[in-house]
Amino acid sequence: MWGRITIAVLLLAGMASQVQAQKLVHSERSLYREVLVYDTGSVRCMCFTRNCRVGRQTCMDTRHPDRFALNYTRMMLGALYLNPQPRSILIVGLGGGTLPRALMQVLPQTAIDTVEIDPAVVRVAKQYFDFAPGSRVSVAEQDGRVFVKRAIREGRRYDLIMLDAFDHEYIPEHLLTQEFLREVKTLLAPGGVLAANTFSSSRLYDYESVTYASVFGTFFNLKRDNRVILAMNGPLPDMESIERNSAVHRDDFAKFDVHAEFLLPLFSTRPDWNAKTRILTDQYSPANLLNLN
Amino acid sequence: MQVVLPYLIAGWSGFFVMAVELLGGRLMAPTFGSSIYVWGAIITVFMLALSLGYLAGGRYSMRQPSVRRLGVLLLVAAATVLPVLLFGERMLDAVSIAMPDPRFGSLLAATILFFVPTFFSGMISPYAVRLLVRDQASSGRHAGQLYFVSTFGSAAGTLLTSFYLVLLLEVNHILLSLLAVSGVIGVTAAFSGRPAGAAQ
Repeated sequence: MWGRITIAVLLLAGMASQVQAQKLVHSERSLYREVLVYDTGSVRCMCFTRNCRVGRQTCMDTRHPDRFALNYTRMMLGALYLNPQPRSILIVGLGGGTLPRALMQVLPQTAIDTVEIDPAVVRVAKQYFDFAPGSRVSVAEQDGRVFVKRAIREGRRYDLIMLDAFDHEYIPEHLLTQEFLREVKTLLAPGGVLAANTFSSSRLYDYESVTYASVFGTFFNLKRDNRVILAMNGPLPDMESIERNSAVHRDDFAKFDVHAEFLLPLFSTRPDWNAKTRILTDQYSPANLLNLN
Repeated sequence: MQVVLPYLIAGWSGFFVMAVELLGGRLMAPTFGSSIYVWGAIITVFMLALSLGYLAGGRYSMRQPSVRRLGVLLLVAAATVLPVLLFGERMLDAVSIAMPDPRFGSLLAATILFFVPTFFSGMISPYAVRLLVRDQASSGRHAGQLYFVSTFGSAAGTLLTSFYLVLLLEVNHILLSLLAVSGVIGVTAAFSGRPAGAAQ
């Protein structure tokens, strides 16, 4: 999966001009990892490994900062095809802040809460990726699950929740269990949408799929490089309404290089995993071991 | 048996402590997350409990030391893990509400859940040294061998738990298996050999 993303990004960089060298723009050690920023031509990426050898957290074309550089962020925006006007959004896992930045533009009235465990990632997103939290956009520097539990206790509800807390090499296992997904569902308003950036390769795919299915039933399974799960607290809309919804933000989405022609064919509810796989729970969550190939 | 059992108990106790420590992180993650300070809190509590356990175990070894009593220490360490299984989740939720700061919340929760069993586990090594040492000249060798067995057990417990056991079993089932092994070894020791202070 990450190999393919690497190729995609290299192609993108190659399109910008001839092949260019990767330049280290910034690096800082955090409590969890080293956060690195590399420029390749005009494409800037946040990485957690030297020379971005495995996987990029976020990429941004500095000449077209709005344009999405990675397919999974495009698929995450597909959540707005299920509910085009969420009034409140929670994003778990900030990265470079691509998603909140885009959502702020598309939905100027919507309150957006973001949660990021690593303060260094928040600093780098602000400094190098134009992420600017303000009165409607908050950042909480804490563990996603702790935030979710507390939000439930405080009676908060969100129309859209986006889970983007995984990277290629380490999965916070407590964010990939049936109990956590139940908590997320509780935190969703009726008809609220969950968008989760997940894994499309490795043994983990089956485990993850049955775990989501056990909490949300049927969901849309968008696959391209990564896999994005779109699920709802309530019944899924039919393709007709999805197509109708896809027109609502058509012009805004075009600025991010996100197009209905790309997204709509990806909306599939067909289960393509082994339904007999064991469900991941707080008691059984070896996600990182299962993600080894 | 009077030589084998102290080594076996010390080695198993080392395994037990590290397995419980790793699983402790698992149990606390749903409530407190997996931030670096949650691990910091768990490791602090285990180290503190072990250090005080060493002191207490050394003192306790001065009164009629026996393999039977060593076995009882292992049984007590196992039995005090039971509340983790029975009330762990409710306790964690209650602490997180009472103490919202995740650092001190996780420190308090780790103390409540893991201090007592780890304290008793810590008593085992110095107590076993007392049972093995026959004279001053060989005391260092015996202590060295015991540290070896105990720390090797810890390494094995860490590796097996994090690489394999979590892939096979649920956390509570792993804990129950650990308790069962402690039970078998502890009971064997508690009923072995001569009672404390009996004539040869």
